[in-house]
Amino acid sequence: MKRYDLIVIGAGPAGLSASIEAAKRGLAVAVFDENAKPGGQLFKQIHKFFGAKEHKAKIRGFRIGEDLLAQAAETGVEVVLNAVVIGLFPEKEITVKIGSDVRHFKADTIIIATGASENMVPFEGWTLPGVIGAGAAQTMMNLHGVLPGKRVLMLGSGNVGLVVSYQLLQAGCEVVAVCDMAPRVGGYGVHAAKIARCGVPFYMEHTIVKAEGSVQVTGVTIGRVGADRQVIPGTEKHLAVDTICLAVGLSPMSQLADMAYCAMEDNPRKAGYVPVVDEFGETSVPGIFAAGDVSGIEEASSAMIEGRIAGVAAAYRLGFIDKTALNAQVQELKPALSSLRQGMFAPESRGKTITKTEEGCAISENLLRVGFIAEDEISRYPGVTKQKGVHPVIECTQNIPCNPCQDACPKKCIRIGSQITALPVVDESETCIDCGMCVASCSGQAIFLVNEDFAEDYATVTLPYEFLPLPPEGDKGFALGRDGQKVCTAEVVQVRSAPAFDKTHLLTIKVPRDMAMKARFYKAEV
Amino acid sequence: MAKDRTKEIGAFAAAPDDNLIICRCEEITKGEIRSAVHDGMFTLTEIRRYLRTGMGLCQGQTCSRLVKAIVASELGVTPSELEPAASRAPMRPIEMRILARDLGGDQHE
Repeated sequence: MKRYDLIVIGAGPAGLSASIEAAKRGLAVAVFDENAKPGGQLFKQIHKFFGAKEHKAKIRGFRIGEDLLAQAAETGVEVVLNAVVIGLFPEKEITVKIGSDVRHFKADTIIIATGASENMVPFEGWTLPGVIGAGAAQTMMNLHGVLPGKRVLMLGSGNVGLVVSYQLLQAGCEVVAVCDMAPRVGGYGVHAAKIARCGVPFYMEHTIVKAEGSVQVTGVTIGRVGADRQVIPGTEKHLAVDTICLAVGLSPMSQLADMAYCAMEDNPRKAGYVPVVDEFGETSVPGIFAAGDVSGIEEASSAMIEGRIAGVAAAYRLGFIDKTALNAQVQELKPALSSLRQGMFAPESRGKTITKTEEGCAISENLLRVGFIAEDEISRYPGVTKQKGVHPVIECTQNIPCNPCQDACPKKCIRIGSQITALPVVDESETCIDCGMCVASCSGQAIFLVNEDFAEDYATVTLPYEFLPLPPEGDKGFALGRDGQKVCTAEVVQVRSAPAFDKTHLLTIKVPRDMAMKARFYKAEV
Repeated sequence: MAKDRTKEIGAFAAAPDDNLIICRCEEITKGEIRSAVHDGMFTLTEIRRYLRTGMGLCQGQTCSRLVKAIVASELGVTPSELEPAASRAPMRPIEMRILARDLGGDQHE
């Protein structure tokens, strides 16, 4: 039987990060993954990640995947694909289906990084072809280049539902609506605003009554739910769709930990049944660790840091590094992890109703109810200023752990400070040079450059644009408001693309001056 | 609590959504799961053995959370009070001919 110092189960962000850290310290490491391709969900993530600049923020997910694979190869990690781990035993032996054999491997330490699976919700017609998980839609579009459908209803307004809705729009689908039983949008407001300005309506406190169709989905009936979470009769509404995407949460795939007799807990803050772990990710079985979504649902950014900590801890457990080195390295990673767990979307804040930002600004109620900030709400945020000439307008209104914008500005116009969740502040004493770096750096696509003095009676708005084909300069069409409704005619006066923008194009549109604070998206005339 | 078999849960009452399929792999309906509770299946392991929920191709990846919620509601407890069904190998569906070709732990490569 082949033996390793460390066996990692799952080659996603947590597993790869763990194996790299361990291999760097001299451990012989093997990673087993049941899929044909490594990377877990990373290669489906075509959007820019949030977080701290030092920890891969503003980098697109699939690029992070490429980077991790390169590092794994460099450090000598053995990645075994199409290898289905079917058993994990407390003596740290695993059984793996490889080809048409079941093989046994043993290691002195094990890191379980098996991730999560999508939750489903049953309703009449939910087994019809056309009802799919949001993750499945992402796999079809972003890995295989296949459109999941033409007209889509998204159930679930968490980050997965919002991000996948945007990607569906990018792929050329029509997102007919986002619907959620909750009264408030669950994901980041900036993700919601991004699709609302494209015209996607939000139906909060709504759920699916039934999927229509006999052999496949031909429509859906949704209805408003009352306090008892039941649909109120008479509120039903029919929508013509051919696809229903479910984005109703994830469950940790923790069965291997349970099987190895790790102590388990059903913890709603971790979104399910998870192994109990200490600060290094070690379970109750010495030498067996868990990292990433399997030990509590979070973002890929935190999974990578958890993985790194577990990898370092495994190296310590086997004597490859001493206690001082362990503490020094973990002390470096811990603050990054805890900073990702702050703000109004932190695990600690789950279930709480937050009405004010840390700065004391009232949260936009409109953003939470319909997905966009109302005109009378926008001026209260510190990123929104009125200045002469071109200047950034930052419509970032919730405390989320993300800070690439402050370093993007070469003139230091944008300030977040050491508290990563703070709202960005536009410093009016510095002069904007219209470079556009901030617009492209914002993973939430919430930064615009506004110039109310472009010409007599005209203003320009520079907005982030990630759709193809790009409209040419001189193109005439409409400016859409934050709600996705046409507000005025608009002309594209400049289109900027640069390697530093990483595929976020900057569209500058000319609009009547009084539309400068209303126009937030561009739609070509058809 | 959930295991208290003396607990009176009342008689099975039919509901309009009893025909809703919950375990897709084994085609088990919500009504069958609810009535199994009234047949005395108070734990998820028992439900699994009685009805085969979660024993099909996806190995409960899709329905285990749903089955748990239905059983909990029928027993009048919260889902977290129910112990999940035991996890054991093989953790993923596997052909019998492959499982039978287990090379064992003492083989050296």
